[in-house]
Amino acid sequence: MIEVKNLFKSFGKNLVLNNINIKIDQSKITIIAGPNSSGKTTLIKSILGLVNIDKGDIFVNEENNRNSTIYREKIGYMPQIGRYPDNQSIRDVLDMIKDLRGIKQIDKEDELISIFGLEEHITKKMSTLSGGTRQKVSAVLALMFEPDILILDEPTTGLDPVSASKIKEIIIEEKNKGKTVIIISHIMSEVEELADKLIFLLDGEIKFQNTVIKILEQTNEKSLEKAIAKLISLNKL
Amino acid sequence: MNNFLKILHFELINVLKSKWIIFYGLSFFFITEAIFRLGGSGSKAIVSLLNLSLILIPIISIIFGTIYVYNSREFIELLLTQPIKRSQVYFGLYLGLTFPLSISYLIGIMIPFLIHGIAEPIVLTSLLLSGIFNTFIFTGIAIVIALKFDDKSIGIGVALLFWFFFSIIYDGLVMMLIWQFGDYPLEIPLILSSILNPLDLGRVMVMLKFDLAALMGYTGAIFEKFFGETIGIVISLIMMSIWVIFPFFYGLKIFKTKNF
Repeated sequence: MIEVKNLFKSFGKNLVLNNINIKIDQSKITIIAGPNSSGKTTLIKSILGLVNIDKGDIFVNEENNRNSTIYREKIGYMPQIGRYPDNQSIRDVLDMIKDLRGIKQIDKEDELISIFGLEEHITKKMSTLSGGTRQKVSAVLALMFEPDILILDEPTTGLDPVSASKIKEIIIEEKNKGKTVIIISHIMSEVEELADKLIFLLDGEIKFQNTVIKILEQTNEKSLEKAIAKLISLNKL
Repeated sequence: MNNFLKILHFELINVLKSKWIIFYGLSFFFITEAIFRLGGSGSKAIVSLLNLSLILIPIISIIFGTIYVYNSREFIELLLTQPIKRSQVYFGLYLGLTFPLSISYLIGIMIPFLIHGIAEPIVLTSLLLSGIFNTFIFTGIAIVIALKFDDKSIGIGVALLFWFFFSIIYDGLVMMLIWQFGDYPLEIPLILSSILNPLDLGRVMVMLKFDLAALMGYTGAIFEKFFGETIGIVISLIMMSIWVIFPFFYGLKIFKTKNF
């Protein structure tokens, strides 16, 4: 479980996260949505410790993330853009991250490589791989240690439809295994398909957070897109 | 194995695979070989190499370092999402850049010397040492620049400006100082001016080992007159070390608190 309490973050004069309070539950898929520059990536980067927060606390499985780096063992992160050292192969990068985590062999690795069809690229230099293939490498890295928490920043962007559907299947499987899943997504069909809970950010503030079903009920709309539009306009009033 | 060593190992292999590094080492090899073949003896070869090193090392270290850090940004992010301390990633990045650049320089210069014979081992050692110091200094500055400026084009511009300042503008400013205040005793300001420029320090460090005051330039000659050879070398070594340490720790401070 992840708990964010009274979180504030500014970049210079620009207040990016304004008093964020959220609880992200285990065995649930939580989707963070919102327009560009609404603070979504900053929020997950704060959880990961990539961004130094100004005020507030973040607890990952009840451990404050300011105090250590060990909590990151439990997290699998898939960034928005997968860029790796040009001169290294997929094999080199996977081995290096395993080495850093002190793990020699994991069964899940080969399974994921095969699911995403990376076998033929495994010894190729990263500089020769397409953006989509690098994105698949990011997916393997996020999933292969079977972490308790998955944080995925627009996981299907740049992936071909087959791989995008595979990753969505894996996300649901992981949720059913009891994992905590956080996804940033702009794609409403994806939100409807995957989300147990939706957190909507606008200008660094949470405009609403609720289950998808409740959001639809509350707004009396059939499509999530329209429901969100309605909630935003209600919030503006 | 410690996480820092694991990152260093990975960075070393990654940088050593880069064509740039190979090209850099080969340039020094061909330049040194050409100097020997064109009839340069031991000390003449070293003076020519010194002048070339003082141009090539800073520009390559600062530009290669800056571009490398910008290109590694997403990968650094990935490393920082692993259970590792930020300082370990920083040490790995810093040494992963400075070691291959220094090794490439050393090999490029040493092979021709080993083939043709080393006539002046102490002077050669001070040349190599001065080159390594400048590699560390300018790579350290490169990392600071790349961490300070998020925009790659601005960062590379600032890096070029740094190189241009220390290599060209600085000498011009010193010349202006001499020209403007020629009637006053200028020893101390000039010594201060060479201490504040790592390239001057690198030059002085090598030149003090020669008994040729004419080759030392004005500041070098004053340096020797003021301190004598031994103290001069010790002071230049201490100052070069400070020039290494300052950007290194400043970069570490930025890295530890940076928002990635």
